[in-house]
Amino acid sequence: MAITIGVLAVQGAVREHLLALKVLGVKAVSVKKAEDLEGLDGLIIPGGESTAIGRLIREQGLEDRLHSFHKEGKAIFGTCAGLILCSTDKSHKTDDLRLGFIDMEVERNGFGRQVASFETSLNFEGIDQEVEAVFIRAPYIQSVGPDVKVLATFDGKIVAAEQDNVLVTAHHPELTEDYAVLNYFLDKIGK
Amino acid sequence: MSKRTIGSERVKRGMAKMQKGGVIMDVVNAEQAKIAEAAGAVAVMALERVPSDIRKAGGVARMANPKIIEEVMNAVSIPVMAKARIGHISEARILESMGVDYIDESEVLTPADEEFHLLKSDYVVPFVCGCRDLGEALRRIGEGASMLRTKGEPGTGNIVEAVRHIRKVNSQISVLSTKSNDELMTFARDIGAPYELVKEVKELGKLPVVNFAAGGVATPADAALMMSLGADGVFVGSGIFKSESPEKFARAIVRATTNYEDYALLAEISKDLGEPMKGIEISHLQQDERMQERGW
Repeated sequence: MAITIGVLAVQGAVREHLLALKVLGVKAVSVKKAEDLEGLDGLIIPGGESTAIGRLIREQGLEDRLHSFHKEGKAIFGTCAGLILCSTDKSHKTDDLRLGFIDMEVERNGFGRQVASFETSLNFEGIDQEVEAVFIRAPYIQSVGPDVKVLATFDGKIVAAEQDNVLVTAHHPELTEDYAVLNYFLDKIGK
Repeated sequence: MSKRTIGSERVKRGMAKMQKGGVIMDVVNAEQAKIAEAAGAVAVMALERVPSDIRKAGGVARMANPKIIEEVMNAVSIPVMAKARIGHISEARILESMGVDYIDESEVLTPADEEFHLLKSDYVVPFVCGCRDLGEALRRIGEGASMLRTKGEPGTGNIVEAVRHIRKVNSQISVLSTKSNDELMTFARDIGAPYELVKEVKELGKLPVVNFAAGGVATPADAALMMSLGADGVFVGSGIFKSESPEKFARAIVRATTNYEDYALLAEISKDLGEPMKGIEISHLQQDERMQERGW
């Protein structure tokens, strides 16, 4: 099955996701506007600054289209900033965008500032080997609702989860050459 | 606690990758930092004075007062960068101890060492450095810089030097990509760059770290120009808070950086902004006023 995946390209590590998809032989396109989502089988919301990406999603007129894309059951994968944007995060106090695709509360920069950013390896539910994981000013998931499946934890903190068609990780698979998590996402589309 | 490796090249360079397509804004207090964050800046650079005021003030420009940096760090959730003088090990270590997210070893400040830059690979905190050509870029990467910015001429509001520098880096990369492997050592010698990095750039066809544009961006169109010339993002120093309406300029420059090829939209967002910062014609600068000449 030939599938096409979009990478939200308003700000952040877009190129790294496009390259990883290319390595796996998947057609990948940049998404900047609502019409760019037509005909896609899935969307990756990359790492970047969640405040900047959220603001640009609104200004580019993408917010409503992202909600309808989600309702159509299309697969969505959020990494780091993408995780924050996919959350409900009811306790956040600002008017920063939250798309509410996964019922969870998030601690932004939960692992600290850049000097505390780190790499490690993680056990990931549904993947046989440990995955390489790079955490950059990363968030963690404080709590999840009943319909959310936890996929990975680090030091007791939830760092990857899924709910229906949406997958999120606090780390950046796109900064490594370990494609296991990306393949896990692509398998969701195959289902 | 599970094993974690901090300060690795992947973690330091990776942080810069998350900034791509974004705008990093100079701020001098918490209030400006909040305006920048609300406008969609991907990071702020905490300073005591923006470059155009450094020009006016004259004298020695140093690392900002840690109190200002701390105020900015407490005011926003986006990354906070700060500048250390070229070669000033202690300023850099102080900033690292404060937990700033990125240090700019910057020619905007008065150099502390006229011979040697910092050995940036020794630090956990990542560094960004200025460059005017490929040799300078690769020397800084060789010392451990995790991100580059073309220098331009800071505090002028004149884009001409920023354009010159990014074109120079790009054209040298194009020339390098046509070289055969047996020409690389001489090429490395001629541009004063480490041989291993010259080889790496040839293989990649691009720099191995993120490269932003800096030094002269004053309008949304300037930001779009630098993006279309291949910059990964832009630093805006004096251009925002020395304009007539900083909030509008900040938001417009963020949108322009994302939509740099959408000219109709660029026209739309360039309306009703008020006056940009007043610029300086580069030829009116004395040789010793050219900040870009600092760095070796």
